[in-house]
Amino acid sequence: MKFQHFLKGLVHGIPIFLGYLSVSFGFGITAVKSGLTVMEAAAVSLFNLTSAGQAAGVGIIAAGGSLVEMILAQFTINLRYSLMSLSLSQKLDKSFTTPRRLIVSYGITDEIFALASAQPGKITPWYMYGMILISTVGWVLGTILGAAAGSLLPADVSDALGLMLYGMFLAIIIPPARKEKGVLVAVLIAAAVSCIIYFLLPFISSGFSVIICAVIAAVVCALVFPQADEDDETEVQP
Amino acid sequence: MSIVIYIAVMAGVTYIIRMVPFTMFREKIKSRFLKSFLYYIPYAVLSAMTIPAIFFATGSVISAAVGAAAAMILAYFGLPLIVVALSASAAAYITGLIISLM
Repeated sequence: MKFQHFLKGLVHGIPIFLGYLSVSFGFGITAVKSGLTVMEAAAVSLFNLTSAGQAAGVGIIAAGGSLVEMILAQFTINLRYSLMSLSLSQKLDKSFTTPRRLIVSYGITDEIFALASAQPGKITPWYMYGMILISTVGWVLGTILGAAAGSLLPADVSDALGLMLYGMFLAIIIPPARKEKGVLVAVLIAAAVSCIIYFLLPFISSGFSVIICAVIAAVVCALVFPQADEDDETEVQP
Repeated sequence: MSIVIYIAVMAGVTYIIRMVPFTMFREKIKSRFLKSFLYYIPYAVLSAMTIPAIFFATGSVISAAVGAAAAMILAYFGLPLIVVALSASAAAYITGLIISLM
């Protein structure tokens, strides 16, 4: 059972692995340009597992910024993860003991959260271990490759690969949005607010923008399209 | 300042943000509003992260838009994640090639 779940997590994580490989490749290049060694860049990726936060962090390191600045930047950019963690905490099966939660907490990224949320029913620790492992390998490996050999991929290929993760997000949100009006409205409101912030309020960081958009959309839909109140296990469909 | 300290602080803050809600919330949330709110959060988060960022992901708005359109159409018909993701990249890449030939 454990192994089956682990394997399922690994397989489900393949798109994340491929997407991370290309995204972190770009991060590796940036990190080396900012004065980090290949090992340091790899350590940043291994211990943080987050794209925007790492990019900002490396910028602060390069500029010799203060630790307070570092803490504030990481906090604002990464605060969205607490929302994801909270959402995911409602989907854990009974075998999620505290130590297991402490381990899996490490790997709650945008993409892992997305895939785990899209699973029907509960999620198990071993499923998460598998998905987090393959994703982390992709993230760290891509960082090392990018840091060590920045010009390995032609620019047009790495540019095109930059779409993978977004393509995956669309594949997760569109099918349920077809079936459920509430989901469709949540998706449209979030996209609209996101565009407003991006084009009209550019001083709001991308991390904060995600929080603002998601909270507005989810509050509106929770009020207008509340979920059926029976103790429903009707979870997010893949 | 040592780079190790920077990395440790970064990693610590990021971990705590993820760990606290994930580990502390042991109770099943009862409130219908909160349950509904958390049900919609993933979709809203993903939508906000994708739009409009997807259009600026490849360095060319046109190739990105073609990739995004390919992804939306395939996702609409319920194709698997990996197919949608790779097709988006392939469509953007081919569009980029065509643009460079014109």
